[in-house]
Amino acid sequence: MFRGLTSIVYKETIHTIRDPRTLFLMLLIPSIQLTLFGYAIDLDIKHIPTAVYNLDGRQPSRDLLDAFQNSGYFDLTHPVFSDASLFQTIVRGDAKVGIKIPPDYTDNLLIGRKTAVQVLIDGSDSSVAMQALNVANAIALRRSLEIVSTAVGVPTLPIEARPRVLFNPDMKTANFMVPGLVGLVMQLVTMILTAFAIVREKENGTLEQLMVTPVSRFGLMVGKLVPFFVIGTIEMCFVLSIMYFLFQVPINGSLGLLAAFSVPFLFTSLGLGLLISTIASTQIQAIQLSFLIVLPSVLLSGFVFPQETMPLPIYIISQGIPLTYYIRILRGIIIRGAGFYDLWMWAATLVGIGVFLLSVSALRFRKTVS
Amino acid sequence: MPSVIVAEGLTRRFGRFTAVDNVDLEIEQGDIFGFLGPNGSGKTTLIRMLCGLLRPSAGHATVMGRDTYHESELVKRSIGYMSQKFSLYTDLTVTENLLFYARVYGVPRSERTKRLDEVISIVGIGNYRKRLAGELSGGWKQRLALACALVHHPRMMFLDEPTAGIDPVARRDLWNLLFDLAGQGSTFFVTTHYMDEAERCSHVGYIYFSKLIICGTPNELKQLPEVSPGGTIRLEVRCPRLANAMRHLNTFPYVRDATIFADSLHVLADRGGEQRIADDMKQGGFESPEVHPIPPTLEDVFVTLTRSREAARNGA
Repeated sequence: MFRGLTSIVYKETIHTIRDPRTLFLMLLIPSIQLTLFGYAIDLDIKHIPTAVYNLDGRQPSRDLLDAFQNSGYFDLTHPVFSDASLFQTIVRGDAKVGIKIPPDYTDNLLIGRKTAVQVLIDGSDSSVAMQALNVANAIALRRSLEIVSTAVGVPTLPIEARPRVLFNPDMKTANFMVPGLVGLVMQLVTMILTAFAIVREKENGTLEQLMVTPVSRFGLMVGKLVPFFVIGTIEMCFVLSIMYFLFQVPINGSLGLLAAFSVPFLFTSLGLGLLISTIASTQIQAIQLSFLIVLPSVLLSGFVFPQETMPLPIYIISQGIPLTYYIRILRGIIIRGAGFYDLWMWAATLVGIGVFLLSVSALRFRKTVS
Repeated sequence: MPSVIVAEGLTRRFGRFTAVDNVDLEIEQGDIFGFLGPNGSGKTTLIRMLCGLLRPSAGHATVMGRDTYHESELVKRSIGYMSQKFSLYTDLTVTENLLFYARVYGVPRSERTKRLDEVISIVGIGNYRKRLAGELSGGWKQRLALACALVHHPRMMFLDEPTAGIDPVARRDLWNLLFDLAGQGSTFFVTTHYMDEAERCSHVGYIYFSKLIICGTPNELKQLPEVSPGGTIRLEVRCPRLANAMRHLNTFPYVRDATIFADSLHVLADRGGEQRIADDMKQGGFESPEVHPIPPTLEDVFVTLTRSREAARNGA
């Protein structure tokens, strides 16, 4: 069944060694990507540029604005003096939030009447908008409670929730995002490399030459995967080191388990590359097909958006993406310190997907040659 | 000599298109079988079926007594295949390429060095052992490809346009090599577009629109009645201004076909035309034309056959 396996491995190894530049890039690119994206992706939205139109100007209104400033979420950068310029500042994109305090703000507070502070939020960036909305509400609520409690004469609030964020107490985005990124860059590189290695043989006509030799399909396919598996493993060590040392993401679980559960993921990534190579006949096509897989992997795997809120059909698709399971494994082991029994089913799912991909590729492989 | 390849009713259809139609073929050991035909006529499809890459839609073929499809693994071990374009690994050295194919074909470790030395000396590539295959010139690449196809000692070799794009010296060397190997009992199936190469083959087959039209030794083919229809004669005409002369000749009622061949014209004329042609040429202003009867070349054979088939197809 695996006839010719060792000869293919022999040949692929020479290919890899002969081309140190590609080898270097293969190892370097994921590291660079991880570093760049790791720094770029930050969901802790602070210092939102804010325009202020204060029609009141007395002490209580300035106290309120101080509360916004001191929260750390708003930078009161743009004082404006008309409704039109408040709006324009946001349209131009100079400010993402506009606060308008009415002229009778202090008066209403003093006589105990309700007063409305308008907060305009730029909805074009939904995560910023969400953050601004929540914080603005919280600030208003807090100020109101302070005023009410002073009036009633109750010095402390009766109920206080004491949330404790487990595993990632500082809510560092890096701890959440970087493990996912590890999976993403690993998948990208191993998949494309594998696809290229076989499509190149198609382009050069060497594949046809191989097909008239007694090499078996599985011997050929597995022989092609072995060197990339080795490279993928080395690469994995690189990116995990960057995660640990550069981004200071602690690995709370077992490193051995992480290594063991990474094997089936590498296997599926290589399998995806193999599948692409049976469909594409040129390297350009291979790249296009890779993007077809990469985009859903980024958007649907739970890497950025939580899968729980996806509509059912999308959710079902997301469950077919290998990265989905690997991100669960990565976050489980790295952040939550999960063990074998918490995560084995995801590893098993990956093995299943890998076997499926390899079988489909093997079937298709025969067809393409015919 | 025993038959190495036997094909009976071999047919391959792709959807509605029939690429190879009902081909019967027999090739004996030691033959150099030249396989000719226009592009797209089914040559490569037939080779692929004989190599066990493609399942026949009907009929069957055996190579050295093994069914090419059902026993394709056994067939693959005993044949060599050299494809149309250079398909070796350019980033591997000559020795590495050879070693790779030796391993793929399961040449035992103990015999590999010996086999490598053997094929290296057969094709004479000894000075380039450590050279990367991609850095070889066209002729040497071709020799290396042949060496790789020979490394497991196949008794049957398929060469798909082995001399396309290489210089005349390398071409002659390659053919001399084929004669040597055929003399030692190897059998060759060679596709080519070059008529001079076809003339060198021991047997020639011509495929046209998926059908193997004729098959035989070059001499047999030249004597086919179809090629020189009754009442016609082939003439060689030497005169100045060949292109004008050709146009002029084609206007004569008794000239069926005239083409330029190097420094002369080949004419297919009605019998009796040989007496009139020289005079008619002189009248047309062509001085002192020389006219000799000649036997048909293989090119004449194939052109005549193609034309008559075309006429039959268009008529039908």
